[in-house]
Amino acid sequence: MLWIKNGIVIDPKNKIKAEKMDIFVKNGKIVPEREVKKEECKVIDASGKLVVAGGVDMHAHIAGSKINTGRTMRPEEMRVVRNIAGKFRATVGRVLLTAPAIGYEYAKMGYTTSFEAAQPPIGALHTHEELDAIPMIDKAALPVFGNWHLVFKCIEEKNLEKLKALIAWAIERSKGFGVKVVNPGGVEAWMYGGNVKSLDDQVPGFNVTPREIITMLIKANEELGLPHSVHLHCNNLGVPGNFQTTIESIKLAKGFSNSKRQILHVTHVQFNAYAGSSWRDAASGAAEIAKVVNSMDNVTIDMGQPIFGHATAMTGDAPFQFTLHKLTGARWSNKDTEVETGAGIVPLVYLPNNPVHALQWAIGLELGLLVDSNKVALTTDYPNGGPFTEYPYVMAMLMSRKMREGELSRVNAYVQKTTGLASIDVEKTLYEVINMTRSLPAKILGLENKGHLGIGADADIAIYNLNPLETDTSKDFEKVYKAFKSAEYTIKAGEIISRNGEIVKEVFGRTFWVDARKRVDMEAVMGDIKDYFQYYSVQLRNYGVEERWIKRPERLEVV
Amino acid sequence: MEDVVCTFCGSVCDDGEFDAEKKKVKKFCRLGSAKFSEKERIKAPMVDGKEVSYETAIEKAAEILANAKKPLLYGWASTANEAIRLGVIIAEKLRGVYDQCASVCHAPGTLAVIEEGLPGATLGSVKNRADLVIFWGANPAEAHPRHGMRYSISAKGLLIKDRKQRKVIVVDVRPTKTAKMADLFVQVKPGYDYAVISALRAILSGNADVLPSEVGGVPKEKLLQLAEMMKNAKYGAIFYGLGVTQSRGRDRNVENAIKLIQLLNRTTRWVIWPMRGHYNVVGAGEVPAWEVGYQYAIDFSRGYPRFSPAEFSAVEVLKRKDCDAALIVASDPAAHFPAAAVKHLKQIPVIQIDPFPNMTTLLAKVVIPSAVYGIEAEGTAYRMDGIPLRVKKILETSYWTDERILEEILKRVEKLKG
Repeated sequence: MLWIKNGIVIDPKNKIKAEKMDIFVKNGKIVPEREVKKEECKVIDASGKLVVAGGVDMHAHIAGSKINTGRTMRPEEMRVVRNIAGKFRATVGRVLLTAPAIGYEYAKMGYTTSFEAAQPPIGALHTHEELDAIPMIDKAALPVFGNWHLVFKCIEEKNLEKLKALIAWAIERSKGFGVKVVNPGGVEAWMYGGNVKSLDDQVPGFNVTPREIITMLIKANEELGLPHSVHLHCNNLGVPGNFQTTIESIKLAKGFSNSKRQILHVTHVQFNAYAGSSWRDAASGAAEIAKVVNSMDNVTIDMGQPIFGHATAMTGDAPFQFTLHKLTGARWSNKDTEVETGAGIVPLVYLPNNPVHALQWAIGLELGLLVDSNKVALTTDYPNGGPFTEYPYVMAMLMSRKMREGELSRVNAYVQKTTGLASIDVEKTLYEVINMTRSLPAKILGLENKGHLGIGADADIAIYNLNPLETDTSKDFEKVYKAFKSAEYTIKAGEIISRNGEIVKEVFGRTFWVDARKRVDMEAVMGDIKDYFQYYSVQLRNYGVEERWIKRPERLEVV
Repeated sequence: MEDVVCTFCGSVCDDGEFDAEKKKVKKFCRLGSAKFSEKERIKAPMVDGKEVSYETAIEKAAEILANAKKPLLYGWASTANEAIRLGVIIAEKLRGVYDQCASVCHAPGTLAVIEEGLPGATLGSVKNRADLVIFWGANPAEAHPRHGMRYSISAKGLLIKDRKQRKVIVVDVRPTKTAKMADLFVQVKPGYDYAVISALRAILSGNADVLPSEVGGVPKEKLLQLAEMMKNAKYGAIFYGLGVTQSRGRDRNVENAIKLIQLLNRTTRWVIWPMRGHYNVVGAGEVPAWEVGYQYAIDFSRGYPRFSPAEFSAVEVLKRKDCDAALIVASDPAAHFPAAAVKHLKQIPVIQIDPFPNMTTLLAKVVIPSAVYGIEAEGTAYRMDGIPLRVKKILETSYWTDERILEEILKRVEKLKG
């Protein structure tokens, strides 16, 4: 039992705006005062400290064949030593981290949940092995659907029942959490060297278009009632002028509604928010996108903020990765995966004096500033935009115009004429930034017990050495950055796991997966699946992951 | 039992039918069938040749390891990921060295990945899409007998229906059994793979005129023909074997081949992939990569992982006499390592964990027999293309699994190390 005393609580989900209050914890949950025996509680004196829910990273690449190939391809990334073996594991990594390092670094920062954002269904067992190797946090993975031949078939046939059954089957088999879509149709086109360029391009070899893929997956996702919405990585990622495609894609959400959450989440939008016709005249399309997102009540986005320094591009968007390889001449890994999906990996470095990189950096911030705080979550699309360990930098930047001015003076002046960043006077409040890193991502994912400190919530709590009542986040950005870099306490399921940025206890969190099988008639699709498996290289019986193979699975049943 | 998963070679066929009465498996090739038929086993745990209980052998093993200044933990290609993970953690705890079979096999391919990346595909992509498959220094007809039928040569795919719609080329130093199945066989002079790959790159980048009349034993006309076929493929795949990684040029051969693939992808689609040997040699590299950042040749003597193949691969460590105990899991270095390395292995206490007796058994101080994954034990393995498969338990056994043995060793090591 824990008694967190006199902390200054910010809890956007419960509309608590910096109030001095006590929090009580029992059996890993937040409970009312009357349920604990105070004399048996471990007391944490949080006087003058900020008390918030543990951070929720809704989109990061933390487990599976992509990040692991990245590690293999980039031993230079592994040279940074973070912890020497002793009471805890040895951990290494600059931006790409080992699995134990991922868990430790999140915990040090006060983050307690992270979602792997793209999992090829056939590789699910590998993803889960790596998720199991990540200590400290709760986790889950999103299987990809946007280029799967079986999905195309359901859409060609306009058979929604079949598509719903396929999704329920695939999510159960991969022990996944929701429906991720990466460059719908474009990755299949890449199998013969192409890509799709608009929502209405026909996918080569199939009578479907990206527009149809997205729309029908949204329909299926909503009829299934999954906790999370369709999670879309738009077409034309990384292409100047792509903000138009992004806006068109966002508008596909029109006409749908869900009382609990958005019906479409568009991810790492920074990479899809470019105006212009080439990298020579590229500019920001962030303001236009922000306008559209703000005008709709059923779409959310996350930033995909680049951090100056090293990064590794790794996505299911294989054609984009090849383009990046040609552009930079860097190493390139690719993985065409059965008739399901594909992926690519390319090392990257964001340099402040490079006009394109500076533009990308500014666009990410513009999105964070211009979009309503209850519609944009904070991410770096780790490790695509850079490390998640620099979230505090992004938080501080969103809250301080002064800090932004300082940073703007050291980046390429190209951003002055191609973005509106310098003239944006928005300064997000601490409350808003806590929302963007806690309550909102939890809500977007449909995790009811995460991202807040209300009664019944998971006791995932972060305490920071920052008094919200006395801190001017606009001026004291250095203090803000430092405070969020290392939490004074990180509490996971009621246990103190990190103190002042040092790990004090290793724990292993749960892996959430969604079971929607009761919502469908599985027979609608089993015939097709059986037929398609002659084209797989594994037997149907050997496809997928059983719950007992996972360390701490938690099934969320949709009924 | 149906859809049994084979634990012999990197093809990891998963369609075996096991007859429990006859203890025979149908559909597998002769290599896989041999693995699944009854064989001589190590009967019981042994210390200094005397039969002991599992507990005693494990106690002794833990003591040797905990007392060593720098133990070598080697093998891992023929066990499950669960065991490999424990091996990595034990090596880290002991500040020893972790190395695996790839370091004497496909590791040059890993070095090439560091230089240029790995533009690849799963075997199911090749099966469904590839209209041209090249085996370079690889002979699947003998080393991976069902690879051709299941994934590459005659596999029936969705877009490429059968052998007729697919061309097969073999590049090798001699006409192999696989070469007989090919549409085109290109014979390269031993040690000239690099030159031949460079010649293809020259042709494909429009510089055919600089080529002499013959490169690496291949006439220019044949090189032009080969390049033309590669250029005209809609989706091509190169599978390379030890003929590329263990001949002159080694990792540079693979690096050059990857550059060739990069070039081809500017006009059409090509992928490249190594023909990995043991059924879970991929896991033996993937597991340490996520646990500690590197695939092989990892030294923990400073309390954190360092990777340096020329220093920390098992053969180098042994030749330098830079380890004072060894744990060998599912491997036979005594039979396969150079004499100078085996010499040191004979002088230090060796612990062996293996289902089957081999040359290493003869020099081991502690021998711990284990269950066979895929037959007597369940666990995760990665096929040569990284596709994870759960290998099954189809027979009961009194042998402990590698995982259980290593778990017990880890517990005791933790106690001894404090």
